[in-house]
Amino acid sequence: MSHKILELQSVDAGYNGKTVIRGADLEVFTDDFIGVIGPNGGGKTTLLKVILGVIKPLKGKVIYHNLSDGKQGKRIGYLPQFNMVDSKFPISALEVVLSGLMPRHGLFRKYRREDTAAARSMMEKMGIAHLENKVIGELSGGQMQRVFLGRALISSPRLLVLDEPNTFVDNQFEGELYELLRRLNQEMAIMLATHDLGTITPYVKTIACVNREVHYHRSNVITEKQLSAYHCPIQLITHGDVPHTVLKKHQK
Amino acid sequence: MTDLLQYDFFVHAIWAALFTSITCGVIGTYIVSNRIVFLSGGITHSSFGGIGLGYFLGINPLLGAAGFSVLSALGIEYFSRKGELRHDSVIGIWWSFGMALGIIFIYITPGYAPNLMTYLFGSILTVSSVDLGYMGVLSAVVVLFFILFYRIILYISFDEAYARVFGMPVALMKNVMISLVALTIVVNIKVVGIILLISLLTIPQSIANQFTRIFSRMIIYSTAIALIGVVSGLLISYALEIPSGASIIFALVVLFVLTKAVVVARRKELLPGSRQD
Repeated sequence: MSHKILELQSVDAGYNGKTVIRGADLEVFTDDFIGVIGPNGGGKTTLLKVILGVIKPLKGKVIYHNLSDGKQGKRIGYLPQFNMVDSKFPISALEVVLSGLMPRHGLFRKYRREDTAAARSMMEKMGIAHLENKVIGELSGGQMQRVFLGRALISSPRLLVLDEPNTFVDNQFEGELYELLRRLNQEMAIMLATHDLGTITPYVKTIACVNREVHYHRSNVITEKQLSAYHCPIQLITHGDVPHTVLKKHQK
Repeated sequence: MTDLLQYDFFVHAIWAALFTSITCGVIGTYIVSNRIVFLSGGITHSSFGGIGLGYFLGINPLLGAAGFSVLSALGIEYFSRKGELRHDSVIGIWWSFGMALGIIFIYITPGYAPNLMTYLFGSILTVSSVDLGYMGVLSAVVVLFFILFYRIILYISFDEAYARVFGMPVALMKNVMISLVALTIVVNIKVVGIILLISLLTIPQSIANQFTRIFSRMIIYSTAIALIGVVSGLLISYALEIPSGASIIFALVVLFVLTKAVVVARRKELLPGSRQD
């Protein structure tokens, strides 16, 4: 049974007094797999941050249903936009995965043996068990993303939020990532932001287009006409007999 | 060595070496991992303003330095967080302004400023039992804090943004840590002096880093290496009758060069015992 886990009601949000997104309405259900598309600077990351609760909406409401477990905080996993980690930072891959328990443990709860065991089995699921003791800076882009995905998943989230997970990773990892997400989607809702709609279309169930406003389209079929109506300039690959790319520029 | 131990000042120096190694080993690892060496250099030098203030007010100069350093550390954090000024420019300004303040205070204080050179260049043999008390307490506080909050410190250092997303008290933790950095600097001023102190917070860690790339091990290795460096520096200073602060740094740099040579030689498989992988 699918039920609602998250609701945005006419939300305005932004930073330093500047409104980035206006009047966003969105509903997320337990079995959703939403592709969040839109141009860079259109507000994809802002939308995700509102959902994560990092920024409070300037107007409107964000409602969580069964997403918070009291002390444990919100059951949301998060894969941030690829950020250059300090390649010399002295931390092992296993510790990075373990750090995903930080929101649940807070300041004072001790990390126990079962936590380390959970991190190990998570690394096994991600196919990176052999990298446990490697320092994070020694890993390749794809391996690093797997470690960060492990960090996001170790707290068994009900909603997984990914911000541009396909930047700086090889095509092989990208394919594996999407297959993995398809499997994960049986247990949790997924929201994935990307500016490259092409490769993700077959995997997502629905599409939200974010360009200052949020247009939610409850289908993964999206036409060029709809995109232009949304003012959503995006690279679109249609899946026909002969795949071709249509590039629409935003016109004022 | 055994006759040296009859002297109180020498026993004090050995205790000081131990506390210095603990505080600098732990806090230095935090400094090096977070790449805040320049910030720490700024706090170290600006603490001279607090020493001058101490002279001027007629209190223990190290107490003046403690208050001044913690406030300047928090101030630098605050002003660079507001983002209107560049982080490293704020440090540069504060670095020299603190020293200028120190010179002014000492100049307007009537009479001669005794031990001034001790604060600038250090003298581990003049560490008093009061100083040792401060050092011992800070060592205990630092060790306890790291045992209790090891993972939080590590995770926030590694990925501050991620910790912030999940509502961890990042700002509070960073303020506590930078205050511990400031206090570590102040209690160790007498050992090697303001001018040389930054090396105690970076050389042992750089040596340790050649053997491990794991935060907790870096802490333990750097503490041991700092202890070796400080004690051998002390003995060299006694044998050659040269200033202890300088000989400690000298010993640490020699240790760094030696270990580096061994590591490089091993990598090139010039020495037996090198790994065959």
